[in-house]
Amino acid sequence: MIALLLRDIRLAVRAGGGFGFGLAFFLLVTVMVPFGVGPEPATLAKIAPGILWVGALLSCLLSLDRIFALDFEDGSLDLLATAPIPLEGVVAIKALAHWLVTGLPLVLVSPVLGVLMNLPGPGYGWLVASLLAGTPALSVIGAFGAALTVGLKRGGLLLSLLVLPMYVPTLIFGAEVVKRGAMGLATGTPMALLAGITAGAVALLPFAAAAAIRVNLR
Amino acid sequence: MTLLAVHNLSIARGTVPVLEGVSLSLAAGRAMVLRGPNGIGKTTLLRCIAGLQPALEGVIEAAPDAIAYAAHADGIKATLTVAENLEFWAAIFGTKGIDHALDAMNLRDLRDRRGANLSAGQKRRLGLARMLVAGRPVWAMDEPTVSLDAASVALFAAAVLGHLAQGGAALIATHIDLGLQAQVLDLTPYRAKAPQDGGRRGAFDEAFT
Amino acid sequence: MSIWEYANPKKFMQTTEVILPWVAVLAVLCLVTGLVWGFFFTPDADRFGSTVKIIYLHVPAAMMATSAWAMMLVTSLIWLIRRHHVSALSAKAAAPVGLCFTVIGLVTGAIWGQPMWGTWWAWDPRLTAFLILALFYLGYIALWSAVDDPDTAADLTSVLCIVGSVFAFLSRYAVLFWNQGLHQGASLSLDKKENVSDVYWIPLLVCIAGFVLLFITLVFLRTRTEIRARRLAALLARERLA
Repeated sequence: MIALLLRDIRLAVRAGGGFGFGLAFFLLVTVMVPFGVGPEPATLAKIAPGILWVGALLSCLLSLDRIFALDFEDGSLDLLATAPIPLEGVVAIKALAHWLVTGLPLVLVSPVLGVLMNLPGPGYGWLVASLLAGTPALSVIGAFGAALTVGLKRGGLLLSLLVLPMYVPTLIFGAEVVKRGAMGLATGTPMALLAGITAGAVALLPFAAAAAIRVNLR
Repeated sequence: MTLLAVHNLSIARGTVPVLEGVSLSLAAGRAMVLRGPNGIGKTTLLRCIAGLQPALEGVIEAAPDAIAYAAHADGIKATLTVAENLEFWAAIFGTKGIDHALDAMNLRDLRDRRGANLSAGQKRRLGLARMLVAGRPVWAMDEPTVSLDAASVALFAAAVLGHLAQGGAALIATHIDLGLQAQVLDLTPYRAKAPQDGGRRGAFDEAFT
Repeated sequence: MSIWEYANPKKFMQTTEVILPWVAVLAVLCLVTGLVWGFFFTPDADRFGSTVKIIYLHVPAAMMATSAWAMMLVTSLIWLIRRHHVSALSAKAAAPVGLCFTVIGLVTGAIWGQPMWGTWWAWDPRLTAFLILALFYLGYIALWSAVDDPDTAADLTSVLCIVGSVFAFLSRYAVLFWNQGLHQGASLSLDKKENVSDVYWIPLLVCIAGFVLLFITLVFLRTRTEIRARRLAALLARERLA
């Protein structure tokens, strides 16, 4: 299992695309928004939580199709399915690797982008906390979508179509935490719900994803 | 000791039945070669035995985690070196040491070369070296000698013999004579009969008889 | 006699062939009666004026939108557990019908919203939840059309339907939470049951029955088409093999 995690991270680092593109995309989305809505600090501060969350979500989406597709193409997925580790474990590990190379860097740079978006002071801590709690759910849900579409040519667009509606609850609660945090309100409820979704998704979705992969391999 | 036994197996590719009534048994130290024209279902049979797809009918008896499967694709990562590729699979299969596998497939000199820079034959040798680190008794191999030169085929045959000598078994779909004392199973007689000749028609179709 | 006998495609075809015309006629009768009654023979409501009459389309369509998904969830589970092809095909057949009902619900909601709320679209929790449901329908239909092998497609869409149900349900409540957060309790949603007296309620019931029958008719029709298409594909595959 650890070998698989290390291999996936190593592959992501060596291939380049892993960290770089997702982060660059996050930066670009955030930079584009003020051009669209105007530079007034008050407006930006108001929409900052939502924009930062949507940006993180879209950056996460970019690299989802690589979770299984590369291993499917070169036959590794067949071999992993016949290996002694359970396929559910493979899914969970690969989702974790995806989170480590895309989700975690997004969390780390988000305060910098918060400055660009003029996020109010108390919001920064909650931004990092909500992304930290929410992005694992994005990776696991995405891994499920990737498992459904792994055998398909041109699966990328379909993957977005399947995964984005499932991101709705995470996005709502995540952005709500930051919004409330920035206004200095209590964030306990949305934070708990966000963490609940992540916990539920991490616990259950690997099973559904493994079932989908088995179907796609036969 | 029988390592793999297959009784009355029927399999389908997609929704179309391809083989039916296949039975075979493979004892320790023995190799079996699958023959038959293209499209007869050799790959499907091997995938089925490897547990990647369900059979329509029949039983496959093997110890859990007994079968190592080698497909057309070798599962080699272009950005990892030969040693890294092999070490990964050794770790996944829970075995130690890749040196014996590197030696057996003559890959020692290529140890630090990246997957992207290997030739087709070298990739194939790496794929076969993976079988050696899998540490599993039954090898199910699909056209293992594709793109290998004569010297490499000899290396491969030697590796299979070594595996058999250690009490393993091998089920190989190939058209090349490997010089093994192998039993040959021609799959042609097991071709699924057309429905009008009394063959099976798939669960959905059967409702309309 | 077991209910599963009807999962046999041949039996299903025979049975629906007999039932289908009756259901279709009943559906038309109910819809015509309910809609004419509702549109022309009920008084205008105090708060809504004559705009209230859109409920005869809006409410049944919205009810069927969720019911169709529930039906797909049940048939998907039956497919995964008992491997009845008719079950999977009926889920496939129901999806576009369900999507249509969802869109009808959304459009009539927007048309009703214009005079009542002064806007074509408000991010009212209920409307938003239906919009998300429409997205789930789209994804489900897209996955069916993207996978070539019919059994693989049935398996994958069934798994998607189950997981999607959970997330659609979560979204429903997340949306409620989200809009409260914005409007601080000043909800725009209309609780229909409180406002509806018997004068409206009975024609509405007839309309709902009509929509249910219409749904059954369409799903039967489409399932029959799917079964025939599946059979045709099997015959062609056999021809190529022979």
